[in-house]
Amino acid sequence: MIPTLSRRQIWFMPVALLLLSTMGLLFALLGDAWWDVMSWGTLGYAVFVILWYVLKSP
Amino acid sequence: MATRNVQHMTPRAIKGWYLVHKWTSLVCTIFLLLLCVTGLPLIFYHEIDHLIGNAIEPPELPGVTARADLDAIVETAKARRPNEVVQLLVNDEDDPVWWVRFGETAAAEEVSTLSMFDARTGAFLHDYPVNQGVMPILWRLHVDMFAGLPGSLFLGAMGLVFLAAIISGVVLYAPFMRKLPFGSIRWERSPRTRWLDLHNLLGIVTVMWALVVGVTGSINTLANPIFQQWQATELAEMIAANQGLSSDPVQGSVAQAIQAAQSVDPDWELFFLAFPGNPFAGSHHYTAFMRGETPLTSKLLKPVLIDAQTGQVADSRDLPWYVTALLLSQPLHFGDYGGLPLKIIWAFLDIITIIVLGSGLYLWKKKSAASIEDRVSSAMEQEDVFGLSASSRESIL
Repeated sequence: MIPTLSRRQIWFMPVALLLLSTMGLLFALLGDAWWDVMSWGTLGYAVFVILWYVLKSP
Repeated sequence: MATRNVQHMTPRAIKGWYLVHKWTSLVCTIFLLLLCVTGLPLIFYHEIDHLIGNAIEPPELPGVTARADLDAIVETAKARRPNEVVQLLVNDEDDPVWWVRFGETAAAEEVSTLSMFDARTGAFLHDYPVNQGVMPILWRLHVDMFAGLPGSLFLGAMGLVFLAAIISGVVLYAPFMRKLPFGSIRWERSPRTRWLDLHNLLGIVTVMWALVVGVTGSINTLANPIFQQWQATELAEMIAANQGLSSDPVQGSVAQAIQAAQSVDPDWELFFLAFPGNPFAGSHHYTAFMRGETPLTSKLLKPVLIDAQTGQVADSRDLPWYVTALLLSQPLHFGDYGGLPLKIIWAFLDIITIIVLGSGLYLWKKKSAASIEDRVSSAMEQEDVFGLSASSRESIL
């Protein structure tokens, strides 16, 4: 039987992604050039994570 | 201790949140699907306009830095459209181009003609094909479903219901994931289980984007009431305080008016000039709406009221907080503030949201269609996922 996960285990990735997305949404608003690039990286990471887990099929 | 925290949610609480998630989702899903599907091409409105030739680039003129006489441009524009009235003169953000917006009257809500002029030579370049093709239809569907302000406000309310659906979905994430590591998709299980896992993964990863685009979208539905409030209070006060300067509604030099507005704060450049008679100006005044030069202040506006006859600055005030909130909500909803890569990410997140909405609908339909045996066996398989009694477990699954 699979052990029950702790709250930390359940929420680590969702909270990390939430913070990264927030930064990504703000970066491009606060600056240009490198700020835009950082925005693409942080907000795009959410898309990457989804593709990673969905394409990692058995 | 961590385990105790997870179990902290009672079966009763889980069931309550589940009902909130189910009903808020059922109310808003069909409208959110409409918004996401019509919104997808709207992300690329600018690019599509250039692709199909609705918008054109000004010619390359290497070394030419001179600026054409603005009053001559306005005269040319007026001569081309003698039966229409100039409402706005807009300074293009990207290209050396002036746009002249006409209406049937100065105050008409609908634009009748949008003409593009070369800012260096003053030459007429192009009339933008207003209200042609499929994009304006998608835009209207997205903004108000062709139902005017009530339609817009209704979609704004759906955005708030969507907010409740997202929050209740986040609350339900933990009880569903108590035995599944992040990103688990049980491909070997039934389609319903597979789609449940996908719904949970896609939903939790995009939650911040969906919240921001949802809330800013709801704020954008208030755009017209917000501007009307500003016109009826702040702008009306600015005009009333300066009525004495001009009694004759003669329109003086546009170039002089813009120069005067520019002198108020050299760090702010003209975005657009509203002509006398337009709701954004006075009957005897131009209003120059200035935008800042930093990435953040370029999204904001500062209005400068100018006496139309003398070309002198009459008043300048910062916009109130509620207009600023609207102006900041716009880029955060459109995704047009970080180049094409940001728009592409926006499109991906929009498509993912469509999948979350569609899978949510599927999970709900599948549940009601599933036989009682399926639901019991599925509940048994998930063994104590909720720490619930068999009966309450079944009612949730």
